[in-house]
Amino acid sequence: MAPPAKPLSRVVEACPPSGIRKFFDLAQTMTGVITLGVGEPDFPTPWGVREAAIHALTRGATTYTGNSGLLELRELICADLERRHGTSYRPADECLVTSGVSEGLDLALRALLNPGDEVIVPEPSYVAYQPCVAFAGGVAVPVASDPAQGYRLDAARIAEAVTPRTKAVLFGSPSNPTGAAQSADDLTALVALAEREDFWLVSDEIYDRLTYTGTHTSTAAVPGARDRTVVLNGFSKSYAMTGWRVGYVCAPEPLAALMHRIHQYTMLCAPHVSQVAAIEALRSADPDVTEMVADYDRRRRLFVKGLDELGLSCPEPGGAFYAFPSIRSSGLSSQDFAEQLLEEQKVAVVPGDVFGPSGEGHVRCSYATALPLLEEALERMGRFLSTRT
Amino acid sequence: MREILTVLEADARATPERIAALTGIAEDEVRAAIAAWEAEGVIRRYKTVVDWDRLGDERVTAFVDVTVAPERGRGFDDVAERIARFREIRAVHLVSGAQDLRVEVEGSSMKEVADFVAQKLSGVERVTATSTHFLLRRYKDDHQLLTEPEPDQRLSVMP
Repeated sequence: MAPPAKPLSRVVEACPPSGIRKFFDLAQTMTGVITLGVGEPDFPTPWGVREAAIHALTRGATTYTGNSGLLELRELICADLERRHGTSYRPADECLVTSGVSEGLDLALRALLNPGDEVIVPEPSYVAYQPCVAFAGGVAVPVASDPAQGYRLDAARIAEAVTPRTKAVLFGSPSNPTGAAQSADDLTALVALAEREDFWLVSDEIYDRLTYTGTHTSTAAVPGARDRTVVLNGFSKSYAMTGWRVGYVCAPEPLAALMHRIHQYTMLCAPHVSQVAAIEALRSADPDVTEMVADYDRRRRLFVKGLDELGLSCPEPGGAFYAFPSIRSSGLSSQDFAEQLLEEQKVAVVPGDVFGPSGEGHVRCSYATALPLLEEALERMGRFLSTRT
Repeated sequence: MREILTVLEADARATPERIAALTGIAEDEVRAAIAAWEAEGVIRRYKTVVDWDRLGDERVTAFVDVTVAPERGRGFDDVAERIARFREIRAVHLVSGAQDLRVEVEGSSMKEVADFVAQKLSGVERVTATSTHFLLRRYKDDHQLLTEPEPDQRLSVMP
């Protein structure tokens, strides 16, 4: 029996599979690989959070919750954002608990876009941004950002890409893959542009607590931004809770209501037990986060210095747990560099071009890797480079 | 500067060069700070956490709660210091609760530890009672889990 001959979704078929996949398959076949290719913490979820979840399971947290998520969790989320970001959202109708930022992103784009609406995506960007725009019927408009300027959001460059169809700018700060944390000044300029041209800002702030060189500025905290901004955030990175699939989205009420509508028909609710775990994370895991952030920061310093000594320069990453060095000194494309490094020295990094054409000539290295392995990886990269130059 | 101590506490073998790279503090400043702390007694000793059980070594540890009749003017200090000087004593703490001192005794056999408690510890002047708890298994020591580490279940390449 053959499947029906009618074409499958043209939109989805037109979307290329993630460039990371090939690497993943290759790395899976090898042993002894040191991987700097992982986009998640190397810490396990703090034990107190896990214990709370286990207890919740024994007490029957196995049901659906209300669509928006547990009210206690939304109240804690809004209080946490108010305390850390200085932004104010109503738990009742401006905050929605999602299955990770991934779902929040999809909801935001589907609630915002009409067919053909344009979404400007500063590159290099997280791999899901542009496909999600396309899946929601929009058109992604990539705008390259400049490594020489530390991948800062440049409102002037973005302004050049604005058209009457521009509906939103979608970006992450701190950024996966570059680690760039956007300054209040650059965000203010972007907000001014958004006001002038009347578009939305979709701000992925999942790495907000992993900020090392100053404090995080939430896009929504910039004066005038709140009512045209969707803030996406969650527990995966800060609290080392990637597998729990729990995040949240905060947005002004009319947009939040539409996101809620999609969510209630597609997801129903985020996993109940994960919501309970998130409550415990907000209540008690701050000291764990502080320790993890201090530890990432130490590894960041050591790793960036090590890369620099190898001639793989990168602007100082102010957040997340990625370094995005230029590998142009090797004379290789980023795909060739990553492939040969993996095959010859068994170090897995992610070629920069999977994050957009402006990522070419770079690789993404995650320093969420045990210190001895990080040091060994630097040595192996040194050996690899010495045979190239 | 305290971050230097955080690094050293987790890894006593961290070199000044490595500590400098991790903390962003200049290497000579790291050396100077460590030397000063060693002189002041902030850094007492560089330590290795050993799981002797894995070597199959016979080591017996007991936690002994000691009741003391305190001395006028000296409180518990005098007795505690006298107890602490025994080679067999690994640690001495003054604690709240029904007993006064909680000490850790180490020996190569149960008999040796029992003999020590019966003949030496309980005989120390002003010690009025002891209560001995033999250690059966260590699960965590000095913040170090001694159980099997959790496997890293992360996929090797992820966005």
